[in-house]
Amino acid sequence: MNSGAIISVRDLRKTFRVGDVDVHALRGVGMEIETGEFTAVVGPSGSGKSTMFHIIGGLTPATSGSVHIHGQDIAKMTDAERTRMRRTEVGFVFQKYNLLPTLTAADNIAIARHIARRPDALDGDFLNVLDLLGIAHRLHHKPRAMSGGEQQRVAIARAVVNSPSILLADEPTGNLDTRSSENVLTLLRDLNKRLGQTILMITHNPEAAAFADRIVHMRDGQIVVG
Amino acid sequence: MLNKLVIENLKHRPVRTSLSIIAIGVEVTMMLTVVGLSHGMLEDSQRRARGAGADVWVRPPGSAAIGLSSAPMSEKILDYFRKQEHVALASGSVSHPIGGINTVTGLDLDEFTRMAGGLRYIEGGPFQGPDEIIVDERYARQNGVRAGDTMELLNRPWRVSGVMEAGKLARLIVPLRTLQDLTGNTGKLTQAYLKLDDPQNTDKVVANLKEKLKDYQIYSIEEFTSLFSPQNVPGLEAFIGVIIGLSVVVGFLVVFLSLYTAVLERTREIGILKSLGASPAYVLNVLLRETALLAVVGTALGILLTYGTRWAVMTFVPASLTQNIVPGWWPIAAAIALVGALLGAAYPGWKAANQDPIEALAYE
Ligand SMILES: Nc1ncnc2c1ncn2[C@@H]1O[C@H](COP(=O)(O)OP(=O)(O)OP(=O)(O)O)[C@@H](O)[C@H]1O
Ligand SMILES: [Mg+2]
Repeated sequence: MNSGAIISVRDLRKTFRVGDVDVHALRGVGMEIETGEFTAVVGPSGSGKSTMFHIIGGLTPATSGSVHIHGQDIAKMTDAERTRMRRTEVGFVFQKYNLLPTLTAADNIAIARHIARRPDALDGDFLNVLDLLGIAHRLHHKPRAMSGGEQQRVAIARAVVNSPSILLADEPTGNLDTRSSENVLTLLRDLNKRLGQTILMITHNPEAAAFADRIVHMRDGQIVVG
Repeated sequence: MLNKLVIENLKHRPVRTSLSIIAIGVEVTMMLTVVGLSHGMLEDSQRRARGAGADVWVRPPGSAAIGLSSAPMSEKILDYFRKQEHVALASGSVSHPIGGINTVTGLDLDEFTRMAGGLRYIEGGPFQGPDEIIVDERYARQNGVRAGDTMELLNRPWRVSGVMEAGKLARLIVPLRTLQDLTGNTGKLTQAYLKLDDPQNTDKVVANLKEKLKDYQIYSIEEFTSLFSPQNVPGLEAFIGVIIGLSVVVGFLVVFLSLYTAVLERTREIGILKSLGASPAYVLNVLLRETALLAVVGTALGILLTYGTRWAVMTFVPASLTQNIVPGWWPIAAAIALVGALLGAAYPGWKAANQDPIEALAYE
């Protein structure tokens, strides 16, 4: 691909210290993600998938190794730059939706825009996305009043509202029934195919992984050739 | 958008929000009530001092300007004053504390009536005998006393000969002679009042008397009433300071506790904001706005409550308390409440702003 790697991970290591035991969550992960790719990351529990996401998303620092996004080393960024990167370059979707419970769906999306200091009004592109998500009619409900599938679609809308370079989805269907899962996965694929959204998705489910263009396997903190 | 989040957050926990607002309201009311009371009482004293109709006040050497003298002067001095140029009338009184902030004043009623330009009686009239008392209408109302009743004072019964309009020197007036004898001040006065032929001459008379009576305290009525300020009442400023200090501590603790629990409870939400790219300043901003809103609404409530405490003071407190509404203090009380609240928000806010987003998201 001529656009080059949007994410490039090299020899990434992360060690947690729990009491006086070192837990090696990542033991030298290397990976390249191209712009517009939809990649699934699969692997057993505890293999370090979420940890890798948190480092890529700038939520936690690596112990060693590097992550470049658009060629920029995130470890070398200042706190303010990393915060800015979280606002504009990455969108997170979590297994537990993580919507703000006191705000309506629309406001949950609007606050992501406010944090990124974008104008309140949603642009045409985004209205198309809302259409695609099929949640336009539920926007004025609070999360409590929505089904898991609906909440997850709102969370996806929130994650892409600032047109991030990359969408990181950590088990987005982990809490959903089969039908809702299918909905959400179709949606992610549509975002990828129609809008060219780069997506990195963690899943345990091989059927879910099948929605992606590429599958990366992880085991014991390393990428294994599957 | 931020304000929407702030308001939704506050609405989400109505009980906690209401309690915080009420606590800040009580804090503000405490401050405004104590300030209102001190203003009210001082103003009331000023009004009564003016109501005496005298142009010059004389107090014996070594006495405090406000408060009660322990070093009386001889009543013969009145004759001396009467001989001075421009002095039209001279009268004297003895004051005696009767518990609380009340005093009873012994007066030569005829002289005083002439000086004050007449007393208006709402009920009854002047003394008929030595064991009679005149009370002002406010004392009468607050203590349920009427003309013709008998009341106990200084361990003896008095017949209430009349109820007079308020604002004439004293609240409780008894015959001068009776009070002098009763308090071991026979032939003595604690205060003298001079009415001049023309108030224009006040400065001249005061200067002249100061020259002749070196140790005496001689005031024009203007000077005298200007002494009624918190600075001149021993301990009053310190007392106001203590109450304000206590109020601030209360406000600080309440906001601290309220926000501290809010931050714990919202650990996860704070993590969400951070994962969306919110900076520590953004998170802090949300909490400080919440605090400021609590403080503003609490202050408004506190101001309203002051009208309630004033009503309660007037209705239920049998002493002669007067509470003013002092709008000049509203912004001061608001600022104090806000500062106390923001101090209370400081630690929870700092904790929230520096929360690790990953741990926060893992929080159940
Ligand atoms: N904050 C932490 N402190 C200590 N150890 C941690 C921490 N986070 C993760 N770990 C450990 O790191 C390893 C990798 O965890 P991680 O959450 O990345 O795995 P995962 O592949 O996402 O697993 P799952 O599929 O269950 O979500 C695990 O052994 C986990 O216990
Ligand atoms: Mg995980």
